[in-house]
Amino acid sequence: MDFVVIQLLNGLASASSLFLVACGLSIIFGVTRIVNFAHGSFYMLGAYIAYSLVELLPRTPLGFWGGVALAALAVGAIGGAVEIALLKRIYRAPELFQLLATFGVVLVVADLALKIWGAEELLAPRPPGLRGAVMILGRAFPQYDLLLIAVGPVVLAALWLLFHRTRWGALVRAATQDRDMVAALGVNQGRLFTGVFFLGSLLAGLGGALQLPREAANLQMDLSTIAEAFVITVVGGMGSIAGAYVAALLVAVLQAFGIVVFPKITLVLIFLVMAVVLAFRPYGLFGRAAAEPRAAGAEAQPLGAGDGRAWRWVVPGLALLAVLPPLAGGYAVSVVTEIVILALFAASLHFMMGPGGMPSFGHAAFFGLGAYGAALAARDVGAPMLLGLAVAPVAAALLALACGWFCVRLSGVYLAMLTLAVAQIVWSVAFQWTGITGGDNGILGVWPADWARGKTVFYLLTLLLCGGSLWLLRRIVFAPFGAALRGGRDAPRRAEASGIDLTAVRWTGFVIAALFAGLAGGLFAYSKGSVFPTYIAISRSIDALLMVLLGGIGTLAGPPVGAVVFVGLQEEISRYTDLWRLLLGLVIITLVVAFPEGIAGFAARWRRRAEGAT
Amino acid sequence: MAQALLEVEKLNVAYGRAHVLFDLDLALGRGEVLALLGRNGAGKSTTLKAIIGLLRAQSGAIRFEGARIDGAAAHAVARLGIGYVPEDRRIFAELTVAENLDVARQKPRPGAPYWTPEALYALFPNLAEMRRRPGGRMSGGEQQMLTIARTLMGNPLLLLLDEPSEGLAPKIVEAMADTILRLKAEGLTVLLSEQNLHFAARVADRAAIIEKGRIRYGGTMAALIADEAAQHAYLSA
Ligand SMILES: Nc1ncnc2c1ncn2[C@@H]1O[C@H](COP(=O)(O)OP(=O)(O)O)[C@@H](O)[C@H]1O
Ligand SMILES: [Mg+2]
Repeated sequence: MDFVVIQLLNGLASASSLFLVACGLSIIFGVTRIVNFAHGSFYMLGAYIAYSLVELLPRTPLGFWGGVALAALAVGAIGGAVEIALLKRIYRAPELFQLLATFGVVLVVADLALKIWGAEELLAPRPPGLRGAVMILGRAFPQYDLLLIAVGPVVLAALWLLFHRTRWGALVRAATQDRDMVAALGVNQGRLFTGVFFLGSLLAGLGGALQLPREAANLQMDLSTIAEAFVITVVGGMGSIAGAYVAALLVAVLQAFGIVVFPKITLVLIFLVMAVVLAFRPYGLFGRAAAEPRAAGAEAQPLGAGDGRAWRWVVPGLALLAVLPPLAGGYAVSVVTEIVILALFAASLHFMMGPGGMPSFGHAAFFGLGAYGAALAARDVGAPMLLGLAVAPVAAALLALACGWFCVRLSGVYLAMLTLAVAQIVWSVAFQWTGITGGDNGILGVWPADWARGKTVFYLLTLLLCGGSLWLLRRIVFAPFGAALRGGRDAPRRAEASGIDLTAVRWTGFVIAALFAGLAGGLFAYSKGSVFPTYIAISRSIDALLMVLLGGIGTLAGPPVGAVVFVGLQEEISRYTDLWRLLLGLVIITLVVAFPEGIAGFAARWRRRAEGAT
Repeated sequence: MAQALLEVEKLNVAYGRAHVLFDLDLALGRGEVLALLGRNGAGKSTTLKAIIGLLRAQSGAIRFEGARIDGAAAHAVARLGIGYVPEDRRIFAELTVAENLDVARQKPRPGAPYWTPEALYALFPNLAEMRRRPGGRMSGGEQQMLTIARTLMGNPLLLLLDEPSEGLAPKIVEAMADTILRLKAEGLTVLLSEQNLHFAARVADRAAIIEKGRIRYGGTMAALIADEAAQHAYLSA
């Protein structure tokens, strides 16, 4: 009994900062319709800034709480500044580009934090006056955690007052429902949006700062926090503050018990909760269908059916690709091999996001499963390489078949979140099931067969498989199946009325995308000779999104272009500086602001304009 | 006419590739009520949305008190003294009646009637009884009152009213007509989009008929009432 109470209290204490960060995300999304990936970075900044301030200020209660408050305000100001400097320019851009811009911010903040605070974990002492413990049912429980338990409800009440007792709050609620109408009534949305970003970021910063004495500030906080915050907002219902609180309690309490009862699957637990909730309540516990933004792929231009001219260049292009890198030497071959594999990975994601209209934040699940499938087949069954390469797509497709059943019933952000959850589950299995997967140490010695061991031979094999896959994907897009997929994306009602089983079509599309991602993962495993949980990590899913969005969602040429630009930037930048994420982030932000339709999309429009002029 | 309060000149508007308004011309004098009549899909709502700035014009000019407003953001247009009442009402469902009014509040505007919530509750006594009720839990007629009251909180000089009689019971339509005449008496200029000729005839001074995005008829309301051929050609279903 006492154990249950203590674990419950532990859960409640963790719930508070989860709630703070999630409700900030939810408020921002509700009004601006921006899914702010940088929200976890703001949480991380809150923790780091609070650490520096608490170190700087006198070691008194006032010093500690002043530090926490200042850190929250500083993060709020940073969020407001990001909104003014960046997001204001792209409110009219497609949703996925806004997402891309916030990824850029994540990268910039990650490197700045590394530069400023270093790679060491930083833990702040509990504030003076709250260092002790109280005895609860004969067990010691930290005073500070008791205080944290109170913070959640207090902030919830304060927010309730803000939103229901002030005109600004009423404006925010009104804008959450219908921001155009609010504008037509004479309200300057720009100021409202900046204010909302300030508030949301402040809450994230406060969450990070308050958590500091319980959990050391570290550089992984940004992505792990954003994943948890996404889960909580989605479980609670996007835009619902009370929902965020309930979901934070649910998740935190489950985690507190889970860590004792099933220590092996704690990481999975939170995402399982989300999967279960979304399967039964697609808009979350307190959410409403209206809160969902337009389908992410819907802005895509209709694909030109023929664009035969570009395809005339494919054969000579492939020939050049086959000949040039081997001439340029081993290093070039390695880089180009990676580009070609990532191009397939990106193309498989593009297939579901563009023509399929199904955005995913967790595509690495299939890539990683393919890689692990190949590696396990090689290690445990002694499968030859070609068999391993066949296992990879099958393993990924099987996972997609299973989770696709409930994923494809959702759309937009909710679908993206659910795929993120799937990826996190796969990742935690790879990470925690050390007996089979080797955990963090991965699986080594996944080498190609003897005949393909030469870099050039393996490269040519990769080129053949990936080129063939890209060609197949293109065929599928323009086949009747692809037309049904696109029809379902653009006009779901009409497609269903004409007798198309949309769920089946989307499910099939989902599995096809996974299949090719799995093949890319298998090739990647053999090209690197090893697999690690990082193949499934959020950052790899983000890489795929970056490549797709950099290339442009509206064109089939996008993913290869995106892969070239992405790998190229990474290679080039890391040659000059160790701050490559910072520079990559800045480049991404600049590209988004300059080319809100992706590079290949921009090139296509430029070409059309040039043709129109002649 | 002296200087018009609102002038629309050769306005073209498109949704993506669908061109909807073609070289549209309109002019409203101060204190006038102009009915923009036309069948479903003719382009009435599109015209009003383009004026308030919710839609961008492809080309053409919109002038308010002589100054160009096309291309300006909706909130800036609203702040010049144009009030927009959408056809689907767009009440903030989560907000109470009082909050719906409060969020639309603007500073008093010289030359325009000044509205307080109390004055609006006097104009729409039904609303006074449900100040704390969420907008989502009101009847259609009550929402129609609220959406007009909400727009009046901005103290507009010009009111853009999109099919205020649509879907209302005949008694409420009568009350709506009285309300519009009251507003006209207060000095408000009104651009009224309508399909209901009888309703328009009760309140409007002049009429313009729009068909497939083009103005087909312009004249006094009285002349239109007398012109059965025009009614038949452009209005009857
Ligand atoms: N959001 C939209 N997207 C595309 N076409 C639209 C949209 N809204 C209206 N239209 C089209 O524009 C035309 C004019 O519509 P509208 O201005 O709403 O007419 P009215 O208000 O006179 O009934 C119609 O053909 C309608 O189908
Ligand atoms: Mg209309």
